Amino acid sequence: MTQRRRLSNTQNSPQSRQQPGTLMAQEEDDDSTFTQPSTSQVQRGLEKLTPAQVEQKTAEVVQYFLVKDQKKIPIRRADLVKHVVKDYRNIYPEIIKRAERTFDQVFGLKLVEIDTKSHSYILINKMEPVVGASIINPTNPKMGLLFVILSIIFMKGGLVRENLIWSTLKKLRVDPGEKHEEFGDVRKVVTDEFVRQRYLEYVRIPHTEPVEHEFRWGQRADKEVSKAKILEFMGQLHEQDPQSWSQQYREAHSTPSSSQASTSSQR
Amino acid sequence: MSRQMGDSHRRFLQTMMVSGIVDEQEARTLYKHCCETHNTQCAPDKLDDFIDTINSKLQPMFMQIRKGMSEDSGQQYYALVNMSETEVTRMSSDYADNELELFRKTIELIMGAENGKASSTDILNSVDSMTTKKMKKSETEHLLNRLVHDKWLCEKRGEYTLSTRCIIEMEPYIREMYQDQVKVCHICHNIAFQCQICENPTCGIKIHNPCVARYFQGRAEPRCPACDDFWPHEIPEVRRPQSQSRR
Ligand SMILES: [Zn+2]
Ligand SMILES: [Zn+2]
Repeated sequence: MTQRRRLSNTQNSPQSRQQPGTLMAQEEDDDSTFTQPSTSQVQRGLEKLTPAQVEQKTAEVVQYFLVKDQKKIPIRRADLVKHVVKDYRNIYPEIIKRAERTFDQVFGLKLVEIDTKSHSYILINKMEPVVGASIINPTNPKMGLLFVILSIIFMKGGLVRENLIWSTLKKLRVDPGEKHEEFGDVRKVVTDEFVRQRYLEYVRIPHTEPVEHEFRWGQRADKEVSKAKILEFMGQLHEQDPQSWSQQYREAHSTPSSSQASTSSQR
Repeated sequence: MSRQMGDSHRRFLQTMMVSGIVDEQEARTLYKHCCETHNTQCAPDKLDDFIDTINSKLQPMFMQIRKGMSEDSGQQYYALVNMSETEVTRMSSDYADNELELFRKTIELIMGAENGKASSTDILNSVDSMTTKKMKKSETEHLLNRLVHDKWLCEKRGEYTLSTRCIIEMEPYIREMYQDQVKVCHICHNIAFQCQICENPTCGIKIHNPCVARYFQGRAEPRCPACDDFWPHEIPEVRRPQSQSRR
């Protein structure tokens, strides 16, 4: 095994075992040393490399994204350059372009830069989730939990106080104060994991004593989750026509994110 | 022969990325589901062509959907495997160096054992010869549980075997690393861990238990397919495909 760790070493550097918080602080500086190469620099860089070398590096980048994406945590350009791209940084734009194409054509995923300041990326699903299958995937009960929370936020107009989320979950026998056998520490999953994955935003409401927070949809949810599907799901749950929630219905069928999600379907 | 990928292929691949491994029946159901979702033609006998199309596009990424057999049930499985550095790329983000070393030692024990199994006692003892940071007993036990949970190992009554997914994914690596120790099934030519071995010392061929079951089914007297000596082992029953699929 050790003989074959060439690629894995580039990925298994100590950062993978660190707390994400410390990682971000530490990598912040690193990215400033990376300057995006110009088109002519890229051109010159490519001339010095064989197509196979470029292809190999692209494959490593794709794999790095896929491995990191399993944890759904945004991938920072600084990490990518430092651990994978390395000596190929002079053709970075070309490699990213090729990786994007592969994600699009082979995996049905879209590489999105969510933060242009710190240059971090996430992979979002381009395909419409099949309700009852992929997003409420029985093999991934956490996604079910997330779907419920996103539904509450959407139905309440896009912004809710945390108390409402906790009390609703309690009614569904998911008590954030107790250790749940499936999710473990529910409060941590919701306010930390889902937030880091950019499914939710969890922000303190100013001037509240004791401190109170509110929830919104995160960037990943905006891009990945179809509001029309949520409404359909609510309709099934309450045996009600989705159109009867007229405001939500209008939003679900007009916002760019949800229309993007449904046009990718070929039906 | 690489046809273009469509959304049905992409959806199939995405599901494989989540599940890691599916049995043949699940793969067929998924194939049908993906075709129906995207209104594409679905021919029941074209599953392998469908997967070939995906594989032709995965190949530059050093990934592949590979077919293999469960040594327990004889059932066929499809696993999404990473060929760049075999299992390590995927495992390395979740396991520390000394944990990987112990996993390698476990594979060695399983390779060396005639029955394809390693007992927890033997694995715990092998910690003594570790070159990386040695693990405590409790840490080793915890690691073994994780390896079972992550579907790299299977456990039955304190004995560990390689999971189907692990065998499919690591076959090329094991063939390369353990060239002189590797056992290959005389019937299906795949790598074999849990198998029966011909007792004729000049022969000694190996056959997987499920391959034994199928090969000798309906034969009056079991004889070795290579040397024609009497086959002295108990012949297992051919199992029905749906019976308890262990991965
Ligand atoms: Zn066999
Ligand atoms: Zn023989």
